[in-house]
Amino acid sequence: MSKEEHRIVKGQVMVPYELALGRTWCHFFDCLKEEKIMGKKCRKCSRVLVPPRSFCPRCFEDMEEWVEVSQEGVVETWVYVNMPFFAQELKIPFISAQIRLDGSDSGFIHQIAGIDLSDFDKVRERVKLGDRVRAVWSTEKKGNILDIAYFEPVK
Amino acid sequence: MRRVAITHVAQSSGVESKESLMDFTYAINKEILDKAGLKREEVGCIIAGAADIFHSGLSCANAFDWDGIGAFLKEGSRAEESAFSFIYGCMRIMSGHFDTVLVTALVKGSENPDNDAITSFYGDPFYLRPVGLNESAVAAMQMRQYLERYGITEEQCAKVVVKNRGNALFNPYAHVKKRVSIKDVMDSERIYDPLKTLECSPKSDGVVAVLLASEKRARKLTGKPVWLTGYGSSMDHFIPGDRDLLNGQLKTAAARAYKMAGIRDPQKKIDVAEICEPYAFQELLWCEHLGICSEGQGGKLIDSGMTQMDGALPVNPSGGVLATNPYPARGLYRIAEAALQIKGQAGEHQVDKKVRTALAHSTHGFGGQCHSVVILSS
Repeated sequence: MSKEEHRIVKGQVMVPYELALGRTWCHFFDCLKEEKIMGKKCRKCSRVLVPPRSFCPRCFEDMEEWVEVSQEGVVETWVYVNMPFFAQELKIPFISAQIRLDGSDSGFIHQIAGIDLSDFDKVRERVKLGDRVRAVWSTEKKGNILDIAYFEPVK
Repeated sequence: MRRVAITHVAQSSGVESKESLMDFTYAINKEILDKAGLKREEVGCIIAGAADIFHSGLSCANAFDWDGIGAFLKEGSRAEESAFSFIYGCMRIMSGHFDTVLVTALVKGSENPDNDAITSFYGDPFYLRPVGLNESAVAAMQMRQYLERYGITEEQCAKVVVKNRGNALFNPYAHVKKRVSIKDVMDSERIYDPLKTLECSPKSDGVVAVLLASEKRARKLTGKPVWLTGYGSSMDHFIPGDRDLLNGQLKTAAARAYKMAGIRDPQKKIDVAEICEPYAFQELLWCEHLGICSEGQGGKLIDSGMTQMDGALPVNPSGGVLATNPYPARGLYRIAEAALQIKGQAGEHQVDKKVRTALAHSTHGFGGQCHSVVILSS
């Protein structure tokens, strides 16, 4: 097939969405503004989930009890992202991590920062599974997940 | 329930096609009907495997796909995960409603944004997307746990790439055909550490069609029917932090498939496996969960050579997803390849042993949120 026959139509689609947070997540983000991390506890299995759910996905029962969890936790796993991709606004490199906050029973997905990220080998030395990290708050709160700016190593 | 057989398969190369998606789809469906000697009117029902907006830039894309699959005036349906399309097609026959079903999965990966951009939209906009998650990032988090918990080495993971890219050299339909060494993999860019570029699958074009028939019809259509003998699937929680990334739902899916197929010892019973490994280490982890080796032994499995083309249980003789990744179609590609191995029609990448039972696996979502296992037998 000649170049002339391989014609393409370029397109970019932008479509606006408005996705409801619901009561449970509204309350969670309102509490982030007050620098509190809230989970919900299932009365059946007793697990505390962060982010909170209005129902326990395993027991399929309403989750009614709010519990404040610690702002510190343990690194369950992490990734050093050094790859830009379309629609990603975060500046690379960055670390996405799964953190088990004290007092919760699920892994909370956020970022680890506050350390020198420029040298990858040093990062590997600095961040280990099982390390303790603590939430660092954004000064300006917008009522979203980035009200927690990031988690930083405790030491 | 009635028995179901795969009678024929047809597949495109994973290389970028310069045809429109509609023409690209038509060519393979025309090919499979010609192979089977069927007219379009003689096919009972159509099930598509395709994902719309993000993977094809079209909303309700199956509306666009139908003509190329020959669905005019027929009952049809669609699933985004093509292993589901396959089982839905099988059910139409098992139930006695149809004697033939054409299952076709399609995508032109070359036409849409990188997988990382597309899979970032798997993440919800409240919690996961804003902190940078996509399928590769979660896979990398899963890999780091895998390395740490079981002492698997990065070199052992790299060996999967060497094996699968090596196998792909013998598959005329493979997308990426380039032999690589462990050093090449280890030296490739650490884009999602611990994942390196060469450990991540490419993005491919692909149309694959599988013709299904009832027992009576299958015996008329082919001398080599390939029977569906087992199927199982299972879903895990959406949020990766709600699960143990190293103990997901593949064990459950496999147990369901093995029970249906009457398989007690998968390592002995399965002759060849086509496993969906978008990231190299996942082939090792999935092999553990499929019972091809025991927990934590994925590294030793690749070291042993057992999963090589000439090993006791070859895994991904086609080159797998690491060589060809037409995302929503990749599960049906595994099923088609497993069927070809049983038929003895895989060509240069036919394994050098009698294949009676083959396993095909598909996965979708962050870190293997959903898994399907298909058992096919001669």
